[in-house]
Amino acid sequence: MFKILSRRELAQGTVVENVIEAPQIAKKAKPGQFVILRVNETGERIPLTMANTDPAKGTITLIYQVVGKTTALMKTLQVGDALLDIAGPLGKPTHVDNIGTVVCIGGGTGVAVLHPITRGFKQAGNKVVGIIGARNKELLIMEKEMTQASDILEVCTDDGSCGYHGFGTDLLKKRLESEKVDLVVGIGPVPMMKFVCSVTKQYNVPTLVSLNAIMVDGTGMCGCCRVSVGGETKFACVDGPEFDGHQVDFDGLSQRLAGYMAEEKESMDRFRNSCSCKG
Amino acid sequence: MAEKKEKVPRQPMPEQDPKVRARNFEEVPFGYTPETAMLEASRCIQCKNPGCRQGCPVGIDIPGFIKEIAAGNFAAGIAKIKETNALPAVCGRVCPQEVQCEAKCIVGKKGDPVAIGRLERFLADWERKEGEVKIPETKPATGKKVAVVGSGPSGLTVAGDLILNGHDVTVFEAFHKPGGVLLYGIPEFRLPKEILFAEIHYLERLGVKFQCNQVVGAIVSLEELFEEGFDAIYVAVGAGLPYFLGIPGENLIGVYSANEYLTRSNLMKAYLFPEYDTPIVVGKNVTVIGAGNVAMDSARTAMRLGAETVRIVYRRSREEMPARGEEIHHAEEEGIELFLLTAPLGFSGTDEGRLTTMHCKKMELGEPDASGRRRPVPIEGSEFDLDCDLAVISVGAGANPLLTSTTPALELNKRGYIVADPATGKTTMKGVWAGGDIVTGMATVIQAMGAGRAAANSMEDYLKLGW
Ligand SMILES: Cc1cc2nc3c(=O)[nH]c(=O)nc-3n(C[C@H](O)[C@H](O)[C@H](O)COP(=O)(O)OP(=O)(O)OC[C@H]3O[C@@H](n4cnc5c(N)ncnc54)[C@H](O)[C@@H]3O)c2cc1C
Ligand SMILES: Cc1cc2nc3c(=O)[nH]c(=O)nc-3n(C[C@H](O)[C@H](O)[C@H](O)COP(=O)(O)OP(=O)(O)OC[C@H]3O[C@@H](n4cnc5c(N)ncnc54)[C@H](O)[C@@H]3O)c2cc1C
Ligand code: SF4
Ligand code: SF4
Ligand code: FES
Repeated sequence: MFKILSRRELAQGTVVENVIEAPQIAKKAKPGQFVILRVNETGERIPLTMANTDPAKGTITLIYQVVGKTTALMKTLQVGDALLDIAGPLGKPTHVDNIGTVVCIGGGTGVAVLHPITRGFKQAGNKVVGIIGARNKELLIMEKEMTQASDILEVCTDDGSCGYHGFGTDLLKKRLESEKVDLVVGIGPVPMMKFVCSVTKQYNVPTLVSLNAIMVDGTGMCGCCRVSVGGETKFACVDGPEFDGHQVDFDGLSQRLAGYMAEEKESMDRFRNSCSCKG
Repeated sequence: MAEKKEKVPRQPMPEQDPKVRARNFEEVPFGYTPETAMLEASRCIQCKNPGCRQGCPVGIDIPGFIKEIAAGNFAAGIAKIKETNALPAVCGRVCPQEVQCEAKCIVGKKGDPVAIGRLERFLADWERKEGEVKIPETKPATGKKVAVVGSGPSGLTVAGDLILNGHDVTVFEAFHKPGGVLLYGIPEFRLPKEILFAEIHYLERLGVKFQCNQVVGAIVSLEELFEEGFDAIYVAVGAGLPYFLGIPGENLIGVYSANEYLTRSNLMKAYLFPEYDTPIVVGKNVTVIGAGNVAMDSARTAMRLGAETVRIVYRRSREEMPARGEEIHHAEEEGIELFLLTAPLGFSGTDEGRLTTMHCKKMELGEPDASGRRRPVPIEGSEFDLDCDLAVISVGAGANPLLTSTTPALELNKRGYIVADPATGKTTMKGVWAGGDIVTGMATVIQAMGAGRAAANSMEDYLKLGW
């Protein structure tokens, strides 16, 4: 059992942060790696990136957006409750090198995944520009952490309630116009990553993305997480989750992510009803 | 003809009606009653030189246990089996007896062989239900620690053998529950999970520790296990890498590897959705590509989940189908159609990426190939389409590199399997043994257990005497 040690709601409760006791994983995990967890006996296995780890305290931090049954159920868990299973660390860690100037751009909950990577690049001696965005000020997460992790942090919102009024990709474009950038790391919803890649392609800047394909085992055993990268089939769980964004078939990924929409809705409706019954 | 004793025919095992069972997940055969088992046992002529024993990869004393059944001594019978086979309830159900023990039965030379598998199953079920599962004495603690990586039949065998010898045994499993293919691959209607859990519980009572959610190679390396104080390691991680066909449309929604399809259904219990959270595509028209046990399991699962048509598409002919005879027979009884000499060319689907069609081509048998089987060659102009909204690809599996790629000291063969001495299971890394599917490629449960037994003996020598 993996005990929840702290719990914090972000972005008006649409995002939750849990610090979880998992000493063995905390000792081993590197930026960019994820875990697969199961809340209870009837639960699904879902992948979540470790937004932080503390080997000394033996904890890992998960930050997740509430999008369906499993994440909604996790939101109901309180400090002292526990998750049934956590397996990890899974996936290849981010390859962090000193390469010069790195732009780390994140959208929505993607910022949580982006944060340890950003910090890694800064610690490796790069000049790091962070760009984070959300629909509005309330939904923006981890601004403070990202300020610390980057040399420069630019913030944007779709409605202009905080920072630049517009998309992060506009800020990215300006940055690419004004200085030499050696690498862009883009993490967020699939349409956002696709857009980032189409921008960086114009400027010929290598771009890393982290793919959130649907997974079952997370060890390369089932092929559920397959994505087409450069025309080849790759397994996101073991070959990734990070890939060269210019090679990724984002439309294929989007389609596969929507594969269980009807079932996900059914699960969620059932969950909502069972909750309201209890009062 | 007055005095000639009437010959007892091979006793059938009652089964669920095919029409009914094709829609439920309960076990297909009901098993023998004590009376039927004793009658069947009476057919064994107690050969001095029993062929059956040579046919069994672990050499069970078959006449010995059958004699006890004939005399009604079921407790003695099961004890006899357990001297050599720790998982009789599993093997009695899933062994391909028609090519192993029963293939070599002397009585089978002139008529039907003695139903050895059914008798083995009978004793194991009898013990679980009626008898008292005896916990044997373990030898005094040796202070030696053994790690077993992978909790399939091979790993479980090593754990069971070495715990009895007094060693401290820990099994590491990547998934959240132990059992390997017995849990996530073979469906409930063929191997009720309750049986597997009983076997695991038995090992726990002997003192075996199970550590689940431990992906060895990721959370801990073999070197680190030695540093943590383990004296010997057995690697039995199975053949967990799905093969795809490399044809167009394979990433459409509704195309699964058999591993994914069966894992969703068996391990994650997607067949109980929405009670269990994991979803699965429920096909109306299903094609399964391949013709081994895995393909039969996938096809029969799809039928039980409510498909209208289920077709097995195989590029060779019936003779070459690798599945157990009984599985093919059961599948056909349940209404599954065989499209033999048919090869898949590709898939197509809707604009949303959902599978609708499989494109195929007819084949004919040509000259024998390297495997000695006649090579299927395409017939020009024979292309045709099959409507399908679910396709399960079960054309075999390879060696998963997750563990081996992080363990350079292990020598691998060209196909990525671990090189191990066939007699002892010793690998090229000191203190490490390997066996089961990760050494041989996908084989059978009993072969994986046989490899485990051989390795356990060799490990015992090592722990006593050194490498
Ligand atoms: C490597 C990896 C790292 C991730 N890290 C994070 C993270 O740090 N924070 C975060 O908020 N989200 C992360 N995700 C996405 C997260 O796994 C899904 O949001 C979660 O599974 C949704 O489960 P649900 O039951 O709440 O919703 P569902 O109702 O099941 O699904 C809602 C959405 O989640 C996607 N999804 C469903 N099942 C899975 C699955 N098994 N695996 C992946 N996606 C699925 C679906 O495409 C759908 O769009 C990550 C995904 C991957 C693959
Ligand atoms: C669907 C299906 C049907 C079958 N039907 C039959 C049948 O009817 N009769 C028959 O005799 N055989 C059958 N087989 C074959 C038989 O099941 C296998 O040969 C046998 O299970 C192999 O045993 P094993 O112990 O080597 O590996 P497995 O049973 O594959 O077990 C390996 C275990 O190791 C775990 N693992 C993998 N990597 C790691 C890691 N890095 N760290 C920790 N754990 C890890 C896996 O999760 C798994 O639990 C079937 C196979 C399948 C897939
Ligand atoms: S273990 Fe398998 S091969 Fe051996 S006797 Fe039993 S059923 Fe036959
Ligand atoms: S070969 Fe057949 S008849 Fe002879 S001992 Fe074995 S099971 Fe009995
Ligand atoms: S999740 Fe099964 S192979 Fe990646």
